[in-house]
Parts: sequence; C-alpha cells; structure tokens
Amino acid sequence: MFAIVSKRRIAPKEYDIWVEAPRIASHAAPGQFVVVKPDEHGERIPLTIADFDREKGQIRLIFQVVGKTTATMAALKEGQALQDISGPLGTPSEVENFGTVLMVGGGVGIAALFPILKDLKKKGNRVITILGGRTADLVIMKDECAQWSDELIITTDDGSEGMKGVVTDAMRAVVQRGEKVDRCWAIGPSIMMKFASQAAVELGIPVWVSLNPIMIDGTGMCGCCRVTVDNQIRFACVDGPEFDGAKVNWGEFMNRLRQYRDEEKISYDKYAEEVGDLSWL
Amino acid sequence: MAPKQKTPIAEQDPKERCHNFKEVCLGYTLEEGIAEAKRCLQCKTAPCVKGCPVSIDIPGFIKAVAEGDMPKAAEIMGQYTNLPAVCGRVCPQESQCEGVCTLGKVPGFEPVAIGKLERLVADWKYEHTSDAKPQLPGEKKGRVAVIGSGPAGLTVAGDLAKKGYEVVIYEALHAAGGVLMYGIPEFRLPKSIVQKEIQAMKDLGVQVETNVVVGKTLTMQEILAQFDAAYIAVGAGTPHFQGVPGTTLNGVYSASEYLTRINLMHAYEFPGYDTPTKRSKRVVVVGGGNVAMDAARSAKRLGAEEVQVVYRRSLKELPARIEEYHHAVEEGIVFNWLTNPVEYMNDGNGQLCGVKCIRMELGEPDASGRRRPVAVEGSEFVIEADTAIEAIGQGSNKVLLSTFPELNLNKWGYIVADEKTGATSVPGVYAGGDIVTGAATVILAMGAGKDAAVAMDEYITKKRASA
Ligand SMILES: Cc1cc2nc3c(=O)[nH]c(=O)nc-3n(C[C@H](O)[C@H](O)[C@H](O)COP(=O)(O)OP(=O)(O)OC[C@H]3O[C@@H](n4cnc5c(N)ncnc54)[C@H](O)[C@@H]3O)c2cc1C
Ligand SMILES: Cc1cc2nc3c(=O)[nH]c(=O)nc-3n(C[C@H](O)[C@H](O)[C@H](O)COP(=O)(O)OP(=O)(O)OC[C@H]3O[C@@H](n4cnc5c(N)ncnc54)[C@H](O)[C@@H]3O)c2cc1C
Ligand code: SF4
Ligand code: SF4
Ligand code: FES
Ligand SMILES: [Mg+2]
Repeated sequence: MFAIVSKRRIAPKEYDIWVEAPRIASHAAPGQFVVVKPDEHGERIPLTIADFDREKGQIRLIFQVVGKTTATMAALKEGQALQDISGPLGTPSEVENFGTVLMVGGGVGIAALFPILKDLKKKGNRVITILGGRTADLVIMKDECAQWSDELIITTDDGSEGMKGVVTDAMRAVVQRGEKVDRCWAIGPSIMMKFASQAAVELGIPVWVSLNPIMIDGTGMCGCCRVTVDNQIRFACVDGPEFDGAKVNWGEFMNRLRQYRDEEKISYDKYAEEVGDLSWL
Repeated sequence: MAPKQKTPIAEQDPKERCHNFKEVCLGYTLEEGIAEAKRCLQCKTAPCVKGCPVSIDIPGFIKAVAEGDMPKAAEIMGQYTNLPAVCGRVCPQESQCEGVCTLGKVPGFEPVAIGKLERLVADWKYEHTSDAKPQLPGEKKGRVAVIGSGPAGLTVAGDLAKKGYEVVIYEALHAAGGVLMYGIPEFRLPKSIVQKEIQAMKDLGVQVETNVVVGKTLTMQEILAQFDAAYIAVGAGTPHFQGVPGTTLNGVYSASEYLTRINLMHAYEFPGYDTPTKRSKRVVVVGGGNVAMDAARSAKRLGAEEVQVVYRRSLKELPARIEEYHHAVEEGIVFNWLTNPVEYMNDGNGQLCGVKCIRMELGEPDASGRRRPVAVEGSEFVIEADTAIEAIGQGSNKVLLSTFPELNLNKWGYIVADEKTGATSVPGVYAGGDIVTGAATVILAMGAGKDAAVAMDEYITKKRASA
C-alpha cells in the first residue's frame, strides 16, 4: 500500500498528490512514470512522476479526472492509500546542457513537462516555457514552472490570460524575435503535440514529445502501448515514453487512444450511478 | 490385465463451458483415481520417471493412490515438486511422462493418466492439510533474492527456504505467479490454485514483494550488495509481432495483451473489474501453441460468434498440448491449417475488418527439422474479423537485462546459464526458466529452479565457510 501524504485540487478536475513510495523516489528520473492500480478491482493506469523527494521517500502525481479510475483516485483522502504502484518506468529524458530549450506544455501534460524543465534548468540551460490552455484556470503549475524558467509565456484560447491563441503561435513568436532554440519538448493533449511537433520541424528545432498510449503492465510485456515512430513499431512503456515528435505516426496514435471509448463510458456511468454526486470534482 | 482406456474424467459440457471461465476438467473422484492408479503396471524400469523433467517417483505415488493412502501419495510427490496442482493440470504429459508409459506402448492401450492422478493428489492435499505451518530450520544459512515469481522463481524460493535460507521474491506485477497468473486462463488453471501454491511458499517463510521491477525499482547492484546470491527468473516476457501491415490497427492484439487483460486484470468480469476488453464477434487467432489455444478459447468464452485459428503448418506440427486442441475443437474453434496472415485490413476508420491470409505448403525441412511452410502464390483470401490476436511467440524482456550488462546473453538475447546449475557469467547470480531457454514449459522452469536451489546452497555454504 502506498499512502497519500498530501492532496490538493489545483484546477477543476485536476489533483496534485504526494505519495509514500521510497523505492520509486530513490530511483526516479525526469521523464519517467509509474503504473497505479488504486484498488482490488481497479485497472492499471500510467501517470507521470511529476516530482520526487528522495529524502522523504515520496513521489508526486498530478492527474486529470477523465474517467472511472482517475475519479476514484480523486475521491481518496490524505492518509488513505493506493493499493499498487510500480515504477519508475520508461526511459528517462535525455537532459544535458543544450543551450536554449523551448518547453511547451498543455493541459495535464504540464505535469509531465515540469520535472524535465526543472532538470534542464539545473543543468544550465536557458529555459523558455510556453504553457497553454483553453482558459486561465486550466493552466496549471504556473508558479513552479516560472521558478525554473528564464521566461514563461502563457497562451489561452479565450485570451483570459497571457497571449490569446495557441502554443504554436507562441513558439513561432519566440523564434521570430530572434531566439536560437536548440531543443524543444512538447507535452500535452495529442493534438497539441502533433501541431507543436509540426511547428518545431518548420522552425528547424529538434522536438521531443511524451506519448501516452493505453498501457497495462508498463514493462514491455503486453505490447498494448505500441506506437509507430519512424515507420517502426515501438513499445512506448520501455522504448519511450519520449520520442522524436517529427517521426510519430499521429493519426494512428490518436486512433489507438480511442479503442475503449464505449467500455470507458460504461465504466464511468456505472461508477457515477454508484457514488451519486460528482459535481465536487 | 488393466482396462485399455484411461478411466474417464468428468468435464464441463462443451456447450456450457464455452460461455464460462470455470475449469473445464473437473478432476477424478477418489474412487475413480484409485481405479486409474490400479492400471499402472508398477514397472521396475519406470520409464515414466525418466520422462518427467523433475523425476517424480511416479510408480511410488501411484501405488499409494491405488492403496487409497493419499497422505503417503502427497508425501512422496512433495519430495519432487512444489507445484503439483499446477503441473498436473498444464504439463504436456503426452510428450513427457505419459508419452513413454509402458502401458501406453501396448497396442490398443492408453497410458496411465499420470497428470490427472498428480492433480488428484495435489487437490486432495489442499483440502486435507491442516493449517499448521511447516517446521523450519531456526538459524538462517544465508539470504537469497529471487527475481520473478513464475514457476522457476517460486520453485527455487521454496526449495531454498526449506534448506534454511531467508528468501525474498521480487515481482514486477501486482500479483505473484508469472504466466500462471497472467497467461494461462482460469478455465485451465484456476487462479485460486495458483494462490494456494504461492501461499504454500509463503508458509515456508518466503517473502513476496510485488510491484518491484528489478532494474527500475531496485537495481541488480543493490540486490547483490544485500544478498548472498540471486536467481533471475523473469520469463520470456515480450511479445513478438509478425509485422504485417495493419499491426497497429484497433482490434489487433498480441496474445499477451489479450490474455493479461482477461486473466490478470479480470476483464471477463468487466465492468465489475475496471479493465475492459472487447466483446468481439469474429476473431482470428494467429499461431498454433498453447498460447494460441488459450486466446481462441477465451475469445469464445467472451461471446465471439466465430473464432478461427490460422496456423502456417499442419495439425501434425501443432505445438499446443493435444488435449487443449481437442478441447478447442469441441468448443467450436475453427482451424485453418497451412495458412498465414499477410495483412490486417482497415475498415477506413482505423478498426480491423478482416485478415488477409495466404495458403502455405510444406517445403524442405528447416534448421528445426520441421518442414518449412512456403506461401502459395496467388492464394490470398480474406477472413472477416473485428479482432485478430497474434500468438506467435515471445522474446526476452530487456528491462532487467539492459541494466545488468555483466550478464552474458546468447544470440537470441536469453541469459547464458549452466544447464545443470543455472550459474551465469556473474558469480553468485543464477538464472533459469524461460529467460534462459526461451518460451518453454512450466515443468522445465520448475526443474531449472530445483537444480539451481541445490547449486546455490552449495555456493553460499562454500562462500560463507571461506569468509
Ligand atoms: C506514460 C503516461 C503518462 C501519463 N501521465 C499522466 C499524468 O501525469 N496525468 C494524467 O492525468 N494522465 C496521465 N496519463 C494518462 C492517464 O493514464 C489516463 O488519463 C488514465 O489512464 C485514464 O483513466 P480513467 O479510467 O480515469 O479514464 P478512462 O475513461 O478509462 O479513459 C479516458 C482516456 O484515457 C486513456 N486511457 C484509458 N485507459 C488507459 C490506460 N490504461 N493507459 C493509458 N491511457 C488510458 C484513453 O485514451 C481513454 O480514452 C499518462 C499516460 C501515459 C501512457
Ligand atoms: C498463455 C500461455 C499458456 C501456456 N500454457 C502452458 C501449458 O499448458 N503448459 C506448460 O507447461 N507451459 C505453458 N506455458 C509456458 C509456461 O507458462 C512458461 O514456460 C513458464 O511460466 C515459464 O516460467 P518462468 O518462471 O520462467 O517465467 P514466467 O512464468 O514468465 O514468470 C516470470 C515473472 O517474472 C516477472 N518479471 C519479469 N521481469 C521482471 C523484473 N525486471 N523484475 C521483477 N519481476 C520481473 C514477470 O512479471 C513474471 O511474473 C504457457 C505460456 C503462456 C504465455
Ligand atoms: S510433473 Fe509433469 S511430467 Fe512430471 S509426472 Fe507430473 S505431469 Fe508428468
Ligand atoms: S511407465 Fe506407466 S505403467 Fe509403468 S510405472 Fe510408469 S506409469 Fe506405471
Ligand atoms: S504497456 Fe504492456 S508493453 Fe507497454
Ligand atoms: Mg479507465
């Protein structure tokens, strides 16, 4: 059992928890994830390690409620526990001093971007961060990202904060004002990653994305997480989750994410019926 | 003279069982078991024993059954195997103990049902043993880490615990048992049986730590610093794909994924359990081994109207256990011999709608001595399907191996280990099971674990004496 030591609601349907997991904390690196199975009848879902504290033996998970499993996790209180967590899984990000890096995050993907940008900053990079969302209160972790960035640009679709527009507009603006960017990471909803990758290619910047296909074991045992990158089948849980965004087959990737839409709805509706009010989410 | 045929055994009716996940074979009653045991000729030479990879005293335990002395039968069996309830159910007996049985060599006679008797004894034992924990040696002779909780890992752990070692098993998944839990379906091997066998190991003092992916959660270097020796039994756990066009369409699975969802994650009980799987209508399973049979029969049980197996060789070469093939046929699975998929077809929305296949014929023998299937040009045809499951084999999983380069691997990526002892290129590190042999059988994995336990005991005893 893995006890939840703290829990915060950071945006509508978005939660930030710290969990007791000493072994995982002592081995975690930016870019890695864990697989959580909250309870006896639960499924195994991957979540990025958003941060870790080796001394306290804790890891931080930030998740968005999108279905049954994330809703059950949101319902847990401090002091309660998650039944199973395994990790740290996946290949860590390649972090070194590249010069200037452009870090592009959207939605809950910002949680996955954060540990990488923090490490890039510590390793001496000039970090320019772009965070985007539909509206201001959906852009999470602004202060923390600002703390580890040389510059923070916010974009919102409705213009409620920062620049009105989408992250790719900001990416182009950064390059147009004369920045020479050496590397880029783009993590967020798949459609954002796809367009950010295209923009990066246009701008001549190598781009990394973190793919979030459906997973079960997270150890290369089932092949459910396969993605096509550079015309080759790769298992995202072991070969990734980070890949060259310019080479990902995005259409196929997004299609595979839809595989269980019908079943996921059945599962969520049944849960909603059992627990009643979910407006607090 | 003994009856010609094996004593019949009760099975669930095929029409009924193809709609549920309950065990197919219901096992012998004591009376039936005694009758079957009496068929044994008690051969002096006992070829059956040589046919068993762990050399169970088969005539010995069968004699006890014939005499109705079940405690004695259980006692004899316990000296040789840690997983009798499992092996009695899933061993390929027809090519092992029963394949060489003297009685079976007599024209018109079937061999003694050794596997079914083994199962009877094991199940009897679980029903009749008291909760009293076994007596264990007090002082520990040393500490051993076992990585992976499949049959190889469980066996080495049990044997070393009996010899007086403190043993910790590290398992990557949330449940122990390896393929016994995530691969082989409930209807062949009830998970409650696997759990009983694991509990028996825990009663011997073995500690099982789940959610530990060695190489990630803990490194081999950390383990070696804390233990006298380690045993690597991580299985052959990464699925192969043929790589034909359409492999990443929705509706195309590896058997590993398909079966893991169903077995380990209980998807057949969705939405009572959260992990979903598809309720398919028309299913094509590619392959001819036990894994393919398990996938096909599981699909049927999930309600598929039609399940077709596509195998590139013929029935004669089918690697699956013959009993499972018969069960599959009884359950209405259709077999396409000498057929191979060449493309998974897209319905236009990224969902599988058919499997394009090609007919094969057997050509010259290949390196394995089996005649090599060759495609017949122009013989393509399409099987309509919403689900395709590839069961064409597994390869070695690199998660641990890539973090432990000191270990010598062979050209297929499996660990090089001494055949008798399991010793690897790193002193104090032993290995066995599928990660050494490539995908094999439960009993071979168990045999490897037994041999390694002896060798590891010697190694640690010597090391401690010279320290
Ligand atoms: C490497 C990786 C890291 C991730 N990190 C985070 C994170 O830090 N925070 C976060 O909020 N989300 C993260 N995700 C996504 C998260 O795993 C899914 O949102 C979650 O599984 C949804 O479960 P559910 O039952 O609540 O929703 P469901 O209703 O079951 O699913 C909603 C959608 O989530 C996806 N999904 C469903 N099941 C799985 C599964 N087993 N594995 C992966 N995706 C699935 C599907 O696209 C599905 O349509 C990550 C995914 C991956 C692969
Ligand atoms: C569907 C299916 C049906 C089968 N049917 C039969 C049958 O009828 N009869 C028969 O004899 N054989 C059968 N087999 C084969 C048999 O199950 C295997 O040969 C046997 O289980 C191998 O045992 P093992 O101990 O080597 O490994 P496994 O059973 O594969 O167990 C390995 C364990 O190690 C764990 N692990 C992997 N990596 C790590 C890591 N880094 N850290 C910690 N733990 C790790 C895995 O999660 C797993 O639990 C079947 C196999 C399958 C897949
Ligand atoms: S373990 Fe397998 S091979 Fe040995 S006697 Fe039992 S069924 Fe036969
Ligand atoms: S070979 Fe057959 S008949 Fe002979 S002892 Fe063994 S089981 Fe009995
Ligand atoms: S999640 Fe099973 S192989 Fe990646
Ligand atoms: Mg879900």
